[in-house]
Amino acid sequence: MADRLTDVSRGDRPGRSIRVGAIPPFASFLEEHRADVYRFLLAAVGPHDADDCFQETFLSALRAYDRLRDGRNLRGWVLTIATRKALDHWRARARRPLPVEDLPERPAPERAEADPELWRAVGTLPPMQRAAVIHRYVLDLPYADVAGALGCSEEAARASAAEGRKKLRAVVLAGEEER
Amino acid sequence: MSDVLRSLRSADVEAASRRAAGDLVERAHHRGLVDVAFGTVDSPLGSIAVFVTKGGLLRVAYPEERMDRVFEEIVEVVSPRVLEDPKGTERARRELDAYFEGRLRRFRLPIDWAFVPQGFFRRVLVETARIPFGAVSTYGDVAQRAGSPRAARAAGNALHDNPVPIVVPCHRVVPAGGGIGKYGGEEWRKAWLLRLEGALQPADENMS
Repeated sequence: MADRLTDVSRGDRPGRSIRVGAIPPFASFLEEHRADVYRFLLAAVGPHDADDCFQETFLSALRAYDRLRDGRNLRGWVLTIATRKALDHWRARARRPLPVEDLPERPAPERAEADPELWRAVGTLPPMQRAAVIHRYVLDLPYADVAGALGCSEEAARASAAEGRKKLRAVVLAGEEER
Repeated sequence: MSDVLRSLRSADVEAASRRAAGDLVERAHHRGLVDVAFGTVDSPLGSIAVFVTKGGLLRVAYPEERMDRVFEEIVEVVSPRVLEDPKGTERARRELDAYFEGRLRRFRLPIDWAFVPQGFFRRVLVETARIPFGAVSTYGDVAQRAGSPRAARAAGNALHDNPVPIVVPCHRVVPAGGGIGKYGGEEWRKAWLLRLEGALQPADENMS
């Protein structure tokens, strides 16, 4: 029922009279982008911390939401916030290193499934490359948006994504040889 | 390597992100970041949407209303920080449930008048809110109590634009000449509410 309410309030369907750039109610914004943000964070910080970063991302978005003036590219906007949260998270982790292998096995029945090997591989990339690879190859963001989310130029975004992808390939191949 | 990316792309995040979004609403509520909370009440008149601000009940919407327009107006007039917030709407939902079950004769939740222009329109609705359960008044009476005895028609317009039907009981205002009068194109609802309150007997059903 709630879905029905937020659904009809979306302005992104053909035939709607909502003007371009109108700000949707936060409920619709959350419903529309929650899966993308969660997917990004799951890939970026892993299943253990995705929830916390998700909360911080959308609370930041909510705090700023009544001052937003342009509703175009809200996806890019919220992924930019999520990227900052992920970078903060990585920096905090770097200050108090925690070997990935020692992460407690938390019972988390409802958590999204993701092979820990996968995000461990992604986790070996330097932060900017990691974020660029996920935005480009997991979320299919155009390079302009990858650049926006990372706060760099489009060329730099292309370079980070390409370099990251190359490194990821090397890491995964090395892992396969070990087995 | 493309396997890594492919599995990250196809990871099932639906349930996890839905639950995380639910947690978010709760946190937002406790931090006072929800400007407009909404929820629904299942009633004999259909599924009714309620919108509540920190100031009180802002809007009650019947199922026929274009919900996209309702939300749009709320975003424009009040705030875009609109969330489905069970805690924020709890009191409104409870009072409406009790009313429909016949357990509540006077609503106690405060009204947020943001959608009602100050002046005559607002005075009409404030006076209407004073008509007791089970009683009816006429457009002329309400206009007079609002300070303009000859403005019965304008009072009708104010009541037609009532953003909080049921709670501000515009259904208790009827024409002086008989019948139950209009109710936003859904007169059967007005008759139903008046019958619930005992102001209209089943035998009066054809009075309009």
